[in-house]
Amino acid sequence: MSVDLLYTEVEEELRTSVREMLADLSPPARVLGNVEGGEPDPKLWRSLAVEMGLVGLAVPERWGGAGAGWREVAVVCEELGRAVAPVPYLGSAVVATAVLLAVEEEQLLGELAGGVRTAALAVPFGTAPGATVVVDGGVRGVADALSADVLLVPAADGLYAVEATATDRTAVVSLDLTRPLCDIVPGDAPRRRLATGDRAAAAVAAGLTAGAALLASEQVGVAQWCLDSTVEYAKGRYQFGRPVGSFQALKHRLADVYVGVAQARAVARYAAGCLAAGDPDVPVAVALAQAHCGPVAVRAAEECVQMHGGIGFTWEHPAHLYLKRAKADAIGFGTAERHRAVLASLVDLPGAVT
Amino acid sequence: MTDVAGLRARVKEFLAAHDHTSMDRRAFLGARFGAGLAWIHYPVGLGGFGAPRVLQPVVDDAFAEAGAPDNEPRRIGIGLGMAAPTILRHGTDDQRRRFLRPLWIGEELWCQLFSEPGAGSDLASLGTRAVRDGDTWVVDGQKVWTSQAHLARWGILVARTDPAVPKHAGITYFICDMTAPGVEVRPLRQLTGDAEFNEVFLTGVRLGDDLRLGDVGDGWRVARTTLMNERVAIGGGPLPREGGMIGALANTWRERADLRTPGLHDTVLRLWVAAEAARLTAQRLRQQLAAGQPGPEGSTAKLAFATLNQEISGVELELLGDEGLRHDDWSMRRESTVDFLGRTAAYRYLRAKGNSIEGGTSEVLRNIIAERVLGLPTEPRTDTELPWKDLPR
Repeated sequence: MSVDLLYTEVEEELRTSVREMLADLSPPARVLGNVEGGEPDPKLWRSLAVEMGLVGLAVPERWGGAGAGWREVAVVCEELGRAVAPVPYLGSAVVATAVLLAVEEEQLLGELAGGVRTAALAVPFGTAPGATVVVDGGVRGVADALSADVLLVPAADGLYAVEATATDRTAVVSLDLTRPLCDIVPGDAPRRRLATGDRAAAAVAAGLTAGAALLASEQVGVAQWCLDSTVEYAKGRYQFGRPVGSFQALKHRLADVYVGVAQARAVARYAAGCLAAGDPDVPVAVALAQAHCGPVAVRAAEECVQMHGGIGFTWEHPAHLYLKRAKADAIGFGTAERHRAVLASLVDLPGAVT
Repeated sequence: MTDVAGLRARVKEFLAAHDHTSMDRRAFLGARFGAGLAWIHYPVGLGGFGAPRVLQPVVDDAFAEAGAPDNEPRRIGIGLGMAAPTILRHGTDDQRRRFLRPLWIGEELWCQLFSEPGAGSDLASLGTRAVRDGDTWVVDGQKVWTSQAHLARWGILVARTDPAVPKHAGITYFICDMTAPGVEVRPLRQLTGDAEFNEVFLTGVRLGDDLRLGDVGDGWRVARTTLMNERVAIGGGPLPREGGMIGALANTWRERADLRTPGLHDTVLRLWVAAEAARLTAQRLRQQLAAGQPGPEGSTAKLAFATLNQEISGVELELLGDEGLRHDDWSMRRESTVDFLGRTAAYRYLRAKGNSIEGGTSEVLRNIIAERVLGLPTEPRTDTELPWKDLPR
């Protein structure tokens, strides 16, 4: 039976409620003001995590979650991407949750799923699944860790849960304002070992795999907003006595962006579906998703800036937030080129013999 | 009766009464048509019984599993995919009874007389004239890119019956008797050296008014039925991973380590990713259709595959290097179906150039996506109001 690439009715209802909440609390025009304040918006996260219970979608009910799955999480990621929402959902509800699921860390999972605490895997944002990461001393450029309560730190002798407030965290002036990074020195912060050896490595890999798979859905959301807003602008912006969207020079490029987004959606759904079902094709599906969706989102965002003309180059218009998110996402969990290299061995297309 | 089990039972019952191993093939197909098991969504008496179209694969699979002969759907694709739905929708009862059965059983082949040398992307500007003479119409003009015209018994034809009105309003749709005096078919040799297609010259061809499909002047609306079904048909069947042209490139890459270069490696991987993304998109489209929610993704599939086929075949030629310069045959072959994988990389490269032209150019498809899917405004145009005869040409 092939993977279902569509959305179920329940998933569409979920999308609608997330979209309405985001439109209410974090419309794109207000995101900039929120992130420039420097503090994450506690109201937005509380609504997402506590009131709507979206952070525990992938956690089984017996551990305090909603017992849904990665397909539903993917729909939330799409909507968060569409809104460039400045929340640590990917880091906590996806990556850290997948790590903790792999080591069956019941108490922390319950706290994360209940929206009581947040966690982040302490590796650089650009770490691809399959990479061996050992934090020795400090780690640079970690996503979603500034506001985290718990850091999951892969050290030489195992995977640790570290009290984040006792570590030394330095905010990075980040390309993506809506997902700021930080540098971390764990120091002597209180820590508890969650796993060692292969089990620890497998848990980190599970977190990175889930992150890479679900990032694709976020990228679909980013690209979709860029396409939609550009189409709307092109319909209403008049130059030379007609809407600029009537010129084929723009129409054809927008059609190409549309094709890219439609493909990215199929690819992202495939990755989420494989992950949810534990399909043996997960490695190919995830590498494919990250080889394909990143460049699609970047192109959509670049065309968005270009086709908006002058207004698209301003600080005031939200287009730049999407451009920065798209480009940062294209590096997050490994670039497309890294994932193509992974595919080369997965599908037996080896490199040149030198 | 129209659930899966009921349909399979119906086929089983039919097969029990009709032994395909001893029956003449056409007689067997005719009996299948008569039993309503041809295209099940068609009405009773016309090869179906008004069943849901999505269940057609159940019937086809049941016949295939029994080893029964089919009606060679690829060979008769123009009739099945374009002529039949148009006749069903716009034809008279007499026309439906006359044409649909021999079409479905493959007794009479069909061709499509639409494109003209002066009317490609802008089909509605066509200039082939049909002038009424009592109960007949006299047709003069030239059609082009006509697959199977040299084999066809009938052609679906659009012609201009009123040059004094705007172009869309002056067209009438006919069924052209390909054996009528004045129909001349010449092979049209394409840049591959083959002649899959034909030019059709129509000189004083007389067609009875009973061969008119739809009202006089309503031909554009009738033609839209044909064209919509053409786009539905273009999607094709489900492909396995590496099932398309990417398979040829990937296999050459695997088998010929001596040809590999670092630069081409990433290019091959890029194309593999693009091909797999396009394949999954087509799969998602089929899932949408099966769920009764046809999405606009359909218009993207042909555009994506045209680009892919061209890029992949171009890279394959470069990968082969000197070997890529050796072709199999420039003689004028008359095959009317395309066998991409059975011939050389050079053939694939050349034939793929047609993919972005045939069945709607990629430029027209981008306009369709931009205007009908994204809702962008059309270019300002002057050709929809002027009488056809006054258009610049």
